[in-house]
Amino acid sequence: LTHGGGGRAMAQLIDELFIKHFDNDFLSRRNDQALFNVPAGRLAISTDGHVISPLFFPGGDIGSLAVHGTVNDVAMSGAKPIYLSAGFILEEGLPLVDLERIVISMAAAAKAAGTPIVTGDTKVVERGKGDGVFITSTGVGIVPDGVNISSDRAEAGCAILLSGSIGDHGVAIMASRENLQFETSIISDSAALHGMVADMVAAAPQSIRCLRDPTRGGLAAVLNELAGQSGVGIVIDEARIPVKAQVKAACEILGLDPLYVANEGKLVCICDAAAAETLLAAMRNHPLGRDAAIIGQVVADPHHFVQMTTAFGGRRIVDWPVGEQLPRIC
Amino acid sequence: MPGLAIRARGVVQGVGFRPAIWHLARRFGLTGEVWNDGEGVMIHAFGNAEALDAFVAQIPRELPPLAKLDALECAELNEADHAEFRIVASRSDAAETVIAADAATCPDCLAEIADPTNRRYRYPFTNCTHCGPRLSIVRAVPYDRANTSMAAFAMCPDCQREYDDPTDRRFHAQANCCPVCGPSLWLADAQGDIVSTRRLETQRNASAKQSSLLSPLEKLPEGHKGDGAGFIRTISLNPSFAKRGANSREHHVAAATRDLETTAAAADTIGQTAELIRQGRIVAIKGLGGFHLACDAANAQAVDLLRQRKRRYAKPFALMARDLAMLSRFAVADPAETLALQNKAAPIVLLRAVGEPIAAGVAPGDAKLGFMLPYTPLHTLLMAELDNPIVLTSGNVSDEPQCIDNDEALQKLAGIADYFLLHQRDIVNRLDDSVARLMDGEIRLLRRARGYAPQALPLPPGFESAANVLAMGAELKNSFCLLKNGQAVVGQHVGDLENAAVQADYRRAIELYRELHGFRLELLAGSLDTARPELVEGRSSSDLDKPSLNALDGADGTPLNNRPGLMIAVDLHPGYLSTQYGQSLAAAEGVACLSVQHHHAHLAACLAEHGVTLDAPPVLAAIFDGLGMGENGELWGGEFLLGDYRGFTRLAHFQPIALPGGSQAMREPWRNTYAQLRQYFDWETLQTEYGELPLFKRLANKPLTTLDTMIAKNLNAPRCSSVGRWFDAFAAALDLHAERADYEGQAAIALENLAAPAFADETGYPQAWQVSQMEGKPVLTWRGLWQAVLRDLAGGVDKSAIAARIHRSLIASSVESLCQLSRVTAADTVVLSGGVFQNRLLLEGVAESLRSSGKIVLLPQRYPANDGGLALGQAAIAAAAGIS
Ligand SMILES: [Fe+3]
Ligand SMILES: [Mg+2]
Ligand SMILES: [Zn+2]
Ligand SMILES: [Zn+2]
Repeated sequence: LTHGGGGRAMAQLIDELFIKHFDNDFLSRRNDQALFNVPAGRLAISTDGHVISPLFFPGGDIGSLAVHGTVNDVAMSGAKPIYLSAGFILEEGLPLVDLERIVISMAAAAKAAGTPIVTGDTKVVERGKGDGVFITSTGVGIVPDGVNISSDRAEAGCAILLSGSIGDHGVAIMASRENLQFETSIISDSAALHGMVADMVAAAPQSIRCLRDPTRGGLAAVLNELAGQSGVGIVIDEARIPVKAQVKAACEILGLDPLYVANEGKLVCICDAAAAETLLAAMRNHPLGRDAAIIGQVVADPHHFVQMTTAFGGRRIVDWPVGEQLPRIC
Repeated sequence: MPGLAIRARGVVQGVGFRPAIWHLARRFGLTGEVWNDGEGVMIHAFGNAEALDAFVAQIPRELPPLAKLDALECAELNEADHAEFRIVASRSDAAETVIAADAATCPDCLAEIADPTNRRYRYPFTNCTHCGPRLSIVRAVPYDRANTSMAAFAMCPDCQREYDDPTDRRFHAQANCCPVCGPSLWLADAQGDIVSTRRLETQRNASAKQSSLLSPLEKLPEGHKGDGAGFIRTISLNPSFAKRGANSREHHVAAATRDLETTAAAADTIGQTAELIRQGRIVAIKGLGGFHLACDAANAQAVDLLRQRKRRYAKPFALMARDLAMLSRFAVADPAETLALQNKAAPIVLLRAVGEPIAAGVAPGDAKLGFMLPYTPLHTLLMAELDNPIVLTSGNVSDEPQCIDNDEALQKLAGIADYFLLHQRDIVNRLDDSVARLMDGEIRLLRRARGYAPQALPLPPGFESAANVLAMGAELKNSFCLLKNGQAVVGQHVGDLENAAVQADYRRAIELYRELHGFRLELLAGSLDTARPELVEGRSSSDLDKPSLNALDGADGTPLNNRPGLMIAVDLHPGYLSTQYGQSLAAAEGVACLSVQHHHAHLAACLAEHGVTLDAPPVLAAIFDGLGMGENGELWGGEFLLGDYRGFTRLAHFQPIALPGGSQAMREPWRNTYAQLRQYFDWETLQTEYGELPLFKRLANKPLTTLDTMIAKNLNAPRCSSVGRWFDAFAAALDLHAERADYEGQAAIALENLAAPAFADETGYPQAWQVSQMEGKPVLTWRGLWQAVLRDLAGGVDKSAIAARIHRSLIASSVESLCQLSRVTAADTVVLSGGVFQNRLLLEGVAESLRSSGKIVLLPQRYPANDGGLALGQAAIAAAAGIS
């Protein structure tokens, strides 16, 4: 792959790679934009830049991640995502086979999600100015009537649900990037969550108050954000937070706290306590929510602390992540 | 007639100071008045000149026990004479009163509770102006009964008479009470149901029944309720009488029947409690500063059960003995230790176990026992009935702070305690027992709480014009410090801020102290939005230059020197919850926030404690601890500094070694052994030479490849020059707590214990350390020591001897380094501090050698060498930075 203007080589690349694999009518028209009719309801839009090393990891690659990440961000409003766009920044020297692998994976993810990539852009930068591939993806979706989901809507008494085990993605990425050998291989949880969100919205449309996917900074960061934005406190129970045994073991060795490790296929839901069981059942009925659990509740707290009841019955403060996990014990 | 206006400052309120003055004035034939005001006590005295002089000279000599006089200032007075000498009403303007620390029962009160004819005979809440609760019951200033948890108890006429009588020991004793009007005890089972058989005797009068507190009276069946005042003394407390009368008064709760069949014979609630302890039960006792869990320390089963239920498997338990005679059966106390035990602060003193064995579970693997003596009438009466010491450990679930509230205790300790000895006097401020140890000839505090806080430390000359400073302290052994009017007030040990209950206490305590000391109070607890401010970039005062003033701007950018108000000092570590809270307070109040380097703060705390003046030349320091944020994002912990209040230079340090897994390396000491060995040796070579040692067999089962990668790629394996981890590494190499440390410092403490018996006979290894250069600074490296230790291990040398040689080598290297640095810098005063210097062998070894080379050695004493003393240093540094 060589760096250059919008010449014939680029046109060929776009034809042979993107249009071929993404394969939809909007793209095939070769316009600079996609035109479509807007369904009734509120439109949700979200954009996300994806940079990850390594580009390929157990459980996915940057292509599938770019679809899942943006689909999830749109879905966290309760919306049904309908279209995606994608911007590629390619580093000169990136093997074409790698690029094709990424595009194929991205196309497959988009197809599985039912969210065609209807417009896009590609640029190539000089060698050393990129990290192989950067992908920025944008998604739009439609929020059903009566759904009102926002990070500032948590109130004391609400229940907190988590859709499955935490830490899988972050540990898988680190293990793969640094070539760490663990007894069992750990696979990223990268997945599109809008199907499960649709089931949840169908089960209790009025009762879902907040939805967030705990990506970078992990569950700890998301809960602190929710507590801050809603002006409440949060108490979770360590024993109820699902962590896979191999992830736990790897975290022990690495000295990482799974609460702070990134996920790409999990969501946190804050809902009216009365609807918690209904929503939990909806989540557990979905393949991506089999391990869903009610992990805690929202409380009144002027300090907006996130606290975790530990195995010993004490409560520890789950703080915001401060950069890397610096040891604090003197 | 000549007159004098005499101003007394210090701890002079609520401690019987005015009555003492009144007595004194009358003795010298003076007339006039004395009163409390916002600044302390004011005396207007009239008489002839000699009498006045003698009077003033005598005041400091006849201070009541809890009073502490900081200043006595006299001025001529031209005023009309008075007919007599009187104590007059308080004239309080600014809240500036100093609260005293809680104090152990005084001899007069002890005599009263032992006297069957006294109306306070066996009354567990007896106190006077010379003793009893203070900080533990204060809600607000001024220190009046209404602002304490005694507000719920209206005084009976007898108590009121004492309170109003200047000649009485209980004149204005805010916690004054008696069996008629004061709090009472009851015993409850794990369900909270009352099982005391002595309820009838401890009925209180109508006013106390109105207390909004959990009232045991409501729970009693009809017919058991007392009929009010005057009822109390109808039953003699003579045990034999009570024994006979007991059956008719019993009402058993079914679940407790079995225990009560025997305990009902006991004299009263306290007697019943003692009987339960004798039977091997675990009793939660509401004490002065919090709940304790008590059991018979000679009953191994009870002690083990307590450990299991409390899930505290390793940390030694504290003990209480009835008196020195009982204590001496199990441990020896030097004269200095005896004095400390009998001190009115009544700390836990770590003593050498000698004599009768105590249950092994009290202090597993430790040759020290932490003993205290009874410090409230409740403890005195309880211990009087027991023939063995009791375990008296903090009443909490693991990691939590001790309970202070009845309901909280009943709920949280239900799975631990079989019975609860409760009362209705609220504990307002949680105060852990203080812990002290005799080291290098002085009693030194390892934990400073009950009995010591909130005593103020007068700051050395130079700090007179210092701004008010609130220093936030560290993370794990947090205490905070308020600095005002040339005094530093360090709060009680708060604990690990990561614990939510501790964090809440921390914030509450800061608010209380700010109110007590008249700090600005825009922020009340609970009103603070914890939205994090932009993290202030780490600022430290490097080199010996003054930190530039523009580096000390307020959070809103206003230069510090334009602001007379408050300054906040935090640690350099951005992750400390104390740092974050301090920064958010500073942002919210618009005041300067100064980040202070951790080891510099350890140094400055020791200077302040020893009264080193602001402009004194810089001193040398060896600061050895677990870990603190250094400059440029480095992690430090084995530092040789040259510094004063205004700045410091890092002269030399320990070899930085990776902490594989970050804080996991503190929980798993073997990680440090591996990281050290890997730093100095080729692993394959070591394996072939020493592969048979248990140490290598253990390591062979570990995920070493992953650790290698973590270290090589700096994946959560930050380098740190920590001496704490250095100790862990050697301890684990000697198979001490290698797999897991149950509490911070456990492995290092075990290494000290192992070394102690051999220490006198051993010397350091030759060539144990080498000095190399890192970025132009000398660095101590330890290849030689590791070689020698491995050789000894392989040669089957006694591990106690090896541990002693390790200590000796560290002492020799520290002394030689300090002497060398002293020659270069011409500084001949040396500070030794940091948590590692709680190691007695190390502290005494280094201090003695330095003194014999002519150095002046300054050691932490009243403020802990660990992070409990850090806030004092932070405050002094911040204050110094604000003084031009
Ligand atoms: Fe420290
Ligand atoms: Mg996004
Ligand atoms: Zn007394
Ligand atoms: Zn009374």
